[in-house]
Amino acid sequence: MFEGIASGLGTALAPFNLLMVTLGCFAGTFIGLLPGLGPISAVALMIPLTYGLDPASGMILMAGVYYGAVFGGSTSSILINAPGTASTVATSFDGYPLAQSGQAGRALALAAYASFCGGTIGAIALLVAAPLLAQVALGFQSPDYFALMVLGLTAITAMAGRGQMLQAALMAVLGLMLGTVGADATSGLPRFTFGRLDLIDGFSFLLLAMATFALAEVVGSVLAGKHRNNPLLPGEQGSGSSVAPVNAALGSMRLTAAEVREVAPVIGRSSVLGFLVGVLPGVGATLASFIAYGVERNLAPQALRARFGKGSLRGLAAPEAANNAASTGSFVPLLTLGIPGSGTTAIMLGALVAYGIQPGPRLFVDHPEVFWSVIVSMYVGNLVLLLLNLPLIPYLARLLRVPTQLLVPMVILFCVVGVYLVSFNTVDIQIMVVIALVALLLKGLGFPMAPVLLGFILGGYLEDNLQRALILYDGSVRFLWERPASLGIMGVTLLFLLWPMLERWRGINR
Amino acid sequence: MNFLVKNLFLFGLVLLCCAPVAAAVERLHLLIPGGAGGGWDSTARGVGRALTDANLIEVVSFQNMSGAGGAKAVSHMIETAEQNQHVLMVNSTPIVARSLMPVFQQSWRDLTPVAAVIGDYGIVAVRSDSSFTTLEDLFAQLKVAPRDVKIAGGSNRGGLDHLIAAAMFRAAGLPAADARYVAYDAGGKALLALLSGETPVMTATVGDAMAMVHAGKVRILAIAAPKRLPELPQVPTFTELGYPLTFINWRGFFGVPGLADEAQKELAELLLRMSTTPEWEAVRARHGWVNNFVVGSEFTKYLETQEQITGELMRELGFIQ
Repeated sequence: MFEGIASGLGTALAPFNLLMVTLGCFAGTFIGLLPGLGPISAVALMIPLTYGLDPASGMILMAGVYYGAVFGGSTSSILINAPGTASTVATSFDGYPLAQSGQAGRALALAAYASFCGGTIGAIALLVAAPLLAQVALGFQSPDYFALMVLGLTAITAMAGRGQMLQAALMAVLGLMLGTVGADATSGLPRFTFGRLDLIDGFSFLLLAMATFALAEVVGSVLAGKHRNNPLLPGEQGSGSSVAPVNAALGSMRLTAAEVREVAPVIGRSSVLGFLVGVLPGVGATLASFIAYGVERNLAPQALRARFGKGSLRGLAAPEAANNAASTGSFVPLLTLGIPGSGTTAIMLGALVAYGIQPGPRLFVDHPEVFWSVIVSMYVGNLVLLLLNLPLIPYLARLLRVPTQLLVPMVILFCVVGVYLVSFNTVDIQIMVVIALVALLLKGLGFPMAPVLLGFILGGYLEDNLQRALILYDGSVRFLWERPASLGIMGVTLLFLLWPMLERWRGINR
Repeated sequence: MNFLVKNLFLFGLVLLCCAPVAAAVERLHLLIPGGAGGGWDSTARGVGRALTDANLIEVVSFQNMSGAGGAKAVSHMIETAEQNQHVLMVNSTPIVARSLMPVFQQSWRDLTPVAAVIGDYGIVAVRSDSSFTTLEDLFAQLKVAPRDVKIAGGSNRGGLDHLIAAAMFRAAGLPAADARYVAYDAGGKALLALLSGETPVMTATVGDAMAMVHAGKVRILAIAAPKRLPELPQVPTFTELGYPLTFINWRGFFGVPGLADEAQKELAELLLRMSTTPEWEAVRARHGWVNNFVVGSEFTKYLETQEQITGELMRELGFIQ
């Protein structure tokens, strides 16, 4: 194994491959920044390029693009509340409020540090235990995935403010309902499509995210008249001198020692949690980010808990560390079992197969150079990404200095173009506008939007796995107590739900 | 100036060299009804690459158009038929089953079948430590308690892998509707279910299981091919075990509706010529594909037979009346 790591280091650190990973990170960051383009499109764009490269270089390039795009996606979540991929939805919960309060630079820097730590911890775990971890993926069955999705849904308690529990739960149900539109995954029969082919794939995640987050946000801010008194734009435009101090604060990336001490354990916990969830094929990064967010809110001291959703550093660090660790974790089933854990790794699998390399249990025997260099390049990629992006952050943060009059149309344009690029179908744009208007109304009535996305994202997996579990157990729900893993996860879920009550009870008894 | 002249000269030379090789078809646009990285995508890109590498054609362009499980690309072909005479759409066996479903208005009959190029045979597989060591073992169990044997597959109900399971039940003399089929969203996920012990049996096509067979984790009980595959000499066919069953997932190409006979012939010719080139052989070997070249009217007949068999299975499963 050490020979393998050494040869992997040799391959990954070869000048050409270093160039590839740097180029990949750079291109990925920029592609990921655009709200319509996530890691999947970014990696897919690289396929033609990899034909001319040898397998190791090709995979290293793709891995670089993957990390870059994940980080770029976080940036658009934080700056304009437009999560381009499901795994960065949780990032926007606290990242966007932070950016709105003039701390965009700090938010981006924290996201970069958390991503780096998450990715690095993930890469080390992968290096040490990849073949072993494949067993974890093999130990999970449909009932356990179902239980895991239920656990993920409890994250809505973290999204609901004081006294908002009912509203949040209702919105999660709305999300679950929206998730049922389209062809049923088990039977393939269309539901709620009204005979229209446009609806048979269901709503795309991006459409819903743009409608409920980005569009609802910018239209809401215009309606509220925020563009007239933008706090970041005091006085007349062009009077650069008065803007400068605000500008400096916006781009500042400084975190105090106390803050670092506060988020370090959060990042550590979330990385490990994220990696473990990421190893499970299917939902990885998204579920990991939601669970990490929920866990950290429950673990936070009472006083800090109220900050979640309003710009908590913990609330930003947790999902960022978790989603990156999970992205790394999703390479475990790909490299050791040949089973892609996410849409992005599925594309990489396709590329590997095109090289004549079939990932599977024999990959690190038959093609050790590919296996080890990809793993080592993850570590290198995370480092390159950090070095590349830290200097960029002040400039990225300045995006918020763009006058609202320009920023709002830009965000709208990106939403429309992004959604169109997913399906090349104008009907999707119309649906997005309708959903955005409904979302605006609901927001005005005090309903939170995050649970809608949570319900929508987890709903599909929840239903598929429940259906499978029911077929496997002949229509009985006895899997909930017969499978130890399901039972354990459901136990944790109950604990999560009862936690606030337990705390109150403890408080009374004290 | 000299530089320009030289380049122009070279360009002319290249054109001259290509002229005799590049036949009537000069450019080809391949429409892929699914996303990047899938089976359709790799087939189209592999064929495109072999065509250009072998100098059979100058330019091949690709377009991914996913949506509604491929139905969107079919509609696109129908709507833009007139200006798209040089467009071929890649597709595979599921288009036959989908054409039978009342939900989808379009059928493969709306398009012009040009050629099938590769094929992947249906299999039934178990874990290597399974108590089912032969197909007979499995069938014996199925006859006693068919509903206790859950079968994993990487397509939804009524999809390819479910049809393979149904065909297997029929071959065993059991009602196809008794098959307890569990649908997973991709072949890989179904394989994972098999390996994790979620289901004891899986139906798939050879390509899905190859890596795990080589790794010794999965055993194929039987293959629905006319004769044993050279890559899997130890795997018996259903037919030689006394159950006449063949099931192939072909991948091939369709032209726009009403494509002129000549154009259809030219395109089929082009693909046939490609099939014997070393460039195609390289692509084929790299992906582990099995050649299955069927062109023109023969391809149409092939599709009609498959439609009849698929229709019977789907009627028995209750998907169509």
